[in-house]
Amino acid sequence: MRYLTDRKRAHGLGAGGSGTHHHWQMMVSSILLVPLVPLFIFTLGAGIGGTFEEVQAYFSRPFPAIVMGLSLVVITLHLMNEAKVAIEDYMHGTAEKLALVAVGAFAYTLIAAGLFALVKLAL
Amino acid sequence: MVEFALPKNSRITTGKTWPKPEGATNVRKFQIYRWNPDDGKNPSLDTYFLDMDKCGPMILDALIKIKNEIDPTLTFRRSCREGICGSCAMNIDGINTLACIYGLDEVEGDVKIYPLPHMSVVKDLIPDLTHFYAQHASIMPWLETKTNRPAKEWKQSIEDRKKLDGLYECVMCASCSTSCPSYWWNSDRYLGPAALLHAYRWIIDSRDEATGERLDELEDPFKLYRCHTIMNCAKTCPKGLNPAKAIANIKQMMVERSV
Repeated sequence: MRYLTDRKRAHGLGAGGSGTHHHWQMMVSSILLVPLVPLFIFTLGAGIGGTFEEVQAYFSRPFPAIVMGLSLVVITLHLMNEAKVAIEDYMHGTAEKLALVAVGAFAYTLIAAGLFALVKLAL
Repeated sequence: MVEFALPKNSRITTGKTWPKPEGATNVRKFQIYRWNPDDGKNPSLDTYFLDMDKCGPMILDALIKIKNEIDPTLTFRRSCREGICGSCAMNIDGINTLACIYGLDEVEGDVKIYPLPHMSVVKDLIPDLTHFYAQHASIMPWLETKTNRPAKEWKQSIEDRKKLDGLYECVMCASCSTSCPSYWWNSDRYLGPAALLHAYRWIIDSRDEATGERLDELEDPFKLYRCHTIMNCAKTCPKGLNPAKAIANIKQMMVERSV
């Protein structure tokens, strides 16, 4: 029980001073995804079904490798940011903080592992 | 915090069914949310029947008829009866709107009436709007100036005045904010569509000299950026306004000044 005025309750701790950067980041990554997603599907589709050597040779070419690498980074970061917003929406308190850390750790691990696999395949 | 089910003491039970009017041929069924803080019981859905040949055309007419002729304990806010005061906002047939300007002919079948969703209820159809009003006050809904007051009035061009159209008409009925899922889950920090529409109304007022301070106050992941453009606000607004567009414009101004 706390005796707070309605106005103080509405103000809370005041403005956090951030938000626009995240909003802009999401706008930019959304725009990047417009050409990237079709390219990613096309590239992935063209690489599926071949033998190991064929796939390796395919991803040794710069265009498929760069599209795959870019897609991996941009899509994962975009999904991570979306997931963080969803967590902030629906969870609060310690569970929220832990979930945010877990999502970040998972996303960056995924990017690192993906890029490692891609480099190994391409080089 | 998100909730998937109502708390046990908020679950709605079947309430009292009032008798049908004698001799009436054009009868309509109304199911209305009832909750009395004094009796310690769960909310209930009471059933009323009205003779539509002796009832006005609006939902509010029906509610007033029920209160006057059937059940004087039915509690709801109303005042102007013409969509100006915003008092009679409630959830009618699943839509947040004003009972005074929502026609009975717009509802198919039985008429179901609940208070505005996800708000604490004071009694029956009356939600507690204390926090909603405090949020409105927090965006400083008045002209802020630093220049000395002019001898006559603060001048505004016709073009600049036009920018306030679609904003100044808001009657603060809370229909939009209480239809917004983001506001349901985070109303403690998210200002909601109504307060943000009013914030934008003052941000773009050519006479106001606190534009930067106003934007600073909204630079927050929750106060402004919990809006995910769900658009329920624009869909439900009984005045036909578009709070989502106002919020998008604020975001655009935020980007403009920082990128």
